[in-house]
Order: sequence, then structure tokens, then C-alpha cells
Amino acid sequence: MTSSSNQGVIQIATYSETVMDHFMNPRNVGEIEDADGIGEVGNPVCGDMMTFYIKVDDDRLSDVKFKTFGCGAAIAVSSMVSEMAKGKTIDEALEIGRKDVADQLGGLPDNKMHCSNLGADALHKAIEDYQSKKKES
Amino acid sequence: MPEVYLDHYAAAQVLPEVAEAMQPLLRDDFGNPSSLHGWGDSARDALEDARLKVAALIGANPSEIIFTSGGTEANNMAVKGIAGAAKKKGNHLVISAIEHFSVMHSARTLEKSGFEVTAVGADEYGMVNPEEVREAIRPDTILVSVMTANGEVGTVQPIEEIAEIAKAKNVPFHTDAVAAGGSIPLDVNDLGVDALSLASDLMYGPKGVGALWVRKGLRIIPLLDGGVQEGGRRGGTENVPGIVGMGKAAEFAAELMDERAAHLSSMRDALIEKLPAAIPHLKLTGHPARRLPWNASFVVEFIEGEGMLLFLNMQGIAVSSGSACTSRALKGSHVLSACGIPAEVAQGSLLFSFGLDNKPEDVDYVLEVLPPIVQRLREMSPLYDKFIKSGGDSNSDVQ
Repeated sequence: MTSSSNQGVIQIATYSETVMDHFMNPRNVGEIEDADGIGEVGNPVCGDMMTFYIKVDDDRLSDVKFKTFGCGAAIAVSSMVSEMAKGKTIDEALEIGRKDVADQLGGLPDNKMHCSNLGADALHKAIEDYQSKKKES
Repeated sequence: MPEVYLDHYAAAQVLPEVAEAMQPLLRDDFGNPSSLHGWGDSARDALEDARLKVAALIGANPSEIIFTSGGTEANNMAVKGIAGAAKKKGNHLVISAIEHFSVMHSARTLEKSGFEVTAVGADEYGMVNPEEVREAIRPDTILVSVMTANGEVGTVQPIEEIAEIAKAKNVPFHTDAVAAGGSIPLDVNDLGVDALSLASDLMYGPKGVGALWVRKGLRIIPLLDGGVQEGGRRGGTENVPGIVGMGKAAEFAAELMDERAAHLSSMRDALIEKLPAAIPHLKLTGHPARRLPWNASFVVEFIEGEGMLLFLNMQGIAVSSGSACTSRALKGSHVLSACGIPAEVAQGSLLFSFGLDNKPEDVDYVLEVLPPIVQRLREMSPLYDKFIKSGGDSNSDVQ
């Protein structure tokens, strides 16, 4: 059907401009071959699954990458978390919470706050993985 | 940028002739069909004319048509009204696992008031097996309700066979024909059903209007108590403009059915043939042959539907998905699940519903736009990553 009015992108899922930006141009997508820590959360059955990879140098996250299966919000959350965490110390990164991520994204739709906002959890899991490996060595 | 609307199952543009036919009922002929004066007379004439047209679409007796506020009300009324009227005879209903929520949730509500419900399953093509319906019917069964065709996967059910079984067991048979009405030939006597639901908006009429046909002699209690409108079976002043719109839409659907089906199914078939060739690990859902002319539905593995919808929307293409993330309840499609599609695969559901305004070029545009979107999302997907690392081939199908 051709019509003169484009219905627009935002209306479809009521995502903020920042969410749409991170969804369309996600930062730090990929994986780190020799990652120091890997964290996986979620479950594709529920709709969202995220894997975070971190590289640690001098107690700082020198690189953060992710892969995400999920909705627009899940992808935007992953991208935002990777951006927020990169360059931070371990302690600082552990302080990044779900709410901080949603705030940085200009908010998330209510029904996406819980299921899609798993990025911080995945990051923390990657850090825990790094810490437990460090203890072993 | 082209704008390609492929979501007619959600909503479609009212035909210009339908909109035109509705106009006089909003202004000049505004009367109440129950009034005993000239204004009432013109409204009543318009209402009865619409009833004839809707009845003609399904080969029914006009006096057996009850106008409702849509397909949902028609289904609620059929399930709750027929079960409610037969309470003394028994308390068991048979439905299918792929019914629309308006049937399924009506049955659930009845369960809370003491009825028992058996939901028969479907095969991988979304087909209900009539033999399973036969086995599910008990001496205390008072209603069988199986949809004519499923809008999500397009599968057209073996209604005649199910009707024969129900008839032999002397159980009333209702069919939800909302997705099928106006798209495929339906004759209530040929089908052998006892009640049938229709919606105006699925045949290019206005939203908010539907109809329930109930065979004479089948008892049904009203869902909406009120005045004696619709033969005392549905209270409330009739939505005359909407009903007239539905009548006009039904008239066109009956007259142009073959022509429309040829146009729609040619685009449907082109997409069904070409999309799997353009995108590996994509599967058709529903039946390959017994399918509504406008429905092309797929699952795309390793990615989720909402992301595809957002990217498609940015390129001017409007479609739907049965993924959990795109539903307000955040639950995956019960229809895809009943077809045995694993939950994580069902997340990649895409439903293309063609309409009269689509052109063959629209299929070409989808074929141009969708493959790179899928590729982009797969590159981000940990599931795709695992699949490739486990030796999967990015270009060939899994089976």
C-alpha cells in the first residue's frame, strides 16, 4: 500500500531515540577470542539471551563485546552496557545496575524492564567468571 | 522509500465503496431501527439489507444472523451462549489448541464455572485431526468449536469432516470463520456447521462489527442483555453504519472472491517460493497447500521477531510476528507452539498478510530488504554463533 504518511519508527514499540540509536547501530557487537571472562544470561525460550565477553588489563575492562538474541530493547541494552563498562575498573563496572542502564537509554517500556534488561547481569557474570578464573590460576 | 503494507490480518483499509455506503447512515439516515417512524424505517431497511448480504456470503438464512461488535464478541457469544443454554445436558466442550483467544479464553472462563474443556492438538502444519475430535467427544459434550482457518499460519481446517462427526454424535458445532470469511467460499449448509462467526474488518469492512450465524433451533443465551434487538439475542441499539459497511463488504467479497483469491495467492506463492531460497534456515509455517490466499507465515531461526519488525518498518515494510517480545503479554504464539515449533524458533516468527492493495513488486521489495536484515541480526546472535561453531552450515538448512 502506498500512503503519504510514514507511520514512523518510534510508534511501533515506543522506544526512546537513544534505544533506537543503539538498536540500529549497536556498539561493541562481537566476541573476544581470548576473553578473560564470559557471561551468559537469559534463555531464548523467554525471548532474550545475551553473552558478554570482557578483557581485563590492570583491573580495568580494556575491552567489552557482546552477542544478543532478543528484541530491540535487548540489543540496545547490551550495546549501552558495553559502552558504559568499557574502560571502567572492575569495582566500577560491578556498580552498573539495571536501572542505570535504563536511565542512560532514556527509559524502557514498562513491559521490557524485566525481561530485556539483562545486560548488567550478563556483564557481572562475565566479571565473576574472570574473578573465579583468576583465583584458580 | 516504498511503503509496503503486509499486515492486513491486523487491519486493512475499508474499501471506498464501503466507506461511501456508510456515510448516509451517519447523517441523513441516522434513525434507530427500533423506532416506529420514517427515520426508524430507513435505518431498519438499511440494517435488513445488510443482513441479507452477510447471509448471502455464507448461504445462510438472514433471520439467523446476529450482528455483534466484532469477531471477538461473536466467538464469546457462541461459546458461552451455546454452552450456557445447554448446561442441563452436559458440561463438556471440545475446542482446538490453535483457536483464537476469543474462543480459547471464553472456554477457560467456562472452566471456572464448572465446565470441562478438551483442547485437541494440531499437526506440524496446523491441521486439526477430525479423528481426534471424534475421540474427544463424550456423552456430556455440548459444544465443539474448531476454527475454519487459522489467521496466524493460514491453515484451512477440515471443517466438513469435523461437522459430520459432531452431527453423528448430536453435538452442536461452532466454527470461528473470522480469518476465513470473505476470503474462501463458505456455505453453512455445505460445511454442515451449526454456528459460524464472522468479522467485518477481515473483509475490508469497518472495525467493530461482526456477525454470528446460529442455525434455527439451536438454543443460545445472549451475552448482552438489553432490548429485543437482533431477535432478542443481542441487546443494544445496532451499529447501523458499521453493519451497513459490513454488508457492503460482504457483497463485494462474495462477488469478487475468485478474482481476489487469484491476486492474493499469486503474491503469497511467490513469497513462499522465493523467501526460503533467499534466506537459509527459514521455514514456512502452516500447511503448504490448504492455506488462506493471503497468508504467508514463516519462522526465521536464530533471531527474534521484533528486531526484524523494527528494521523492516524502517524500510517501509509493515508485518507482524508471533514472538513473545512483540506480544503485549510477552508470551510466544500458542499456535506455533501447538504446531510443535520449539519456543526459541517461534521467536523468529514473521507473518505476511497480503491485501487487495498489494502488488507483485511488493514481494520483490521484501526479497530485497529482508535477507540483509536477517544477516545483520544473525551476526549479533549468540544462538547463530553456537550453531556455526558446532559445524552448522550458514547456507543450507538444518534438516
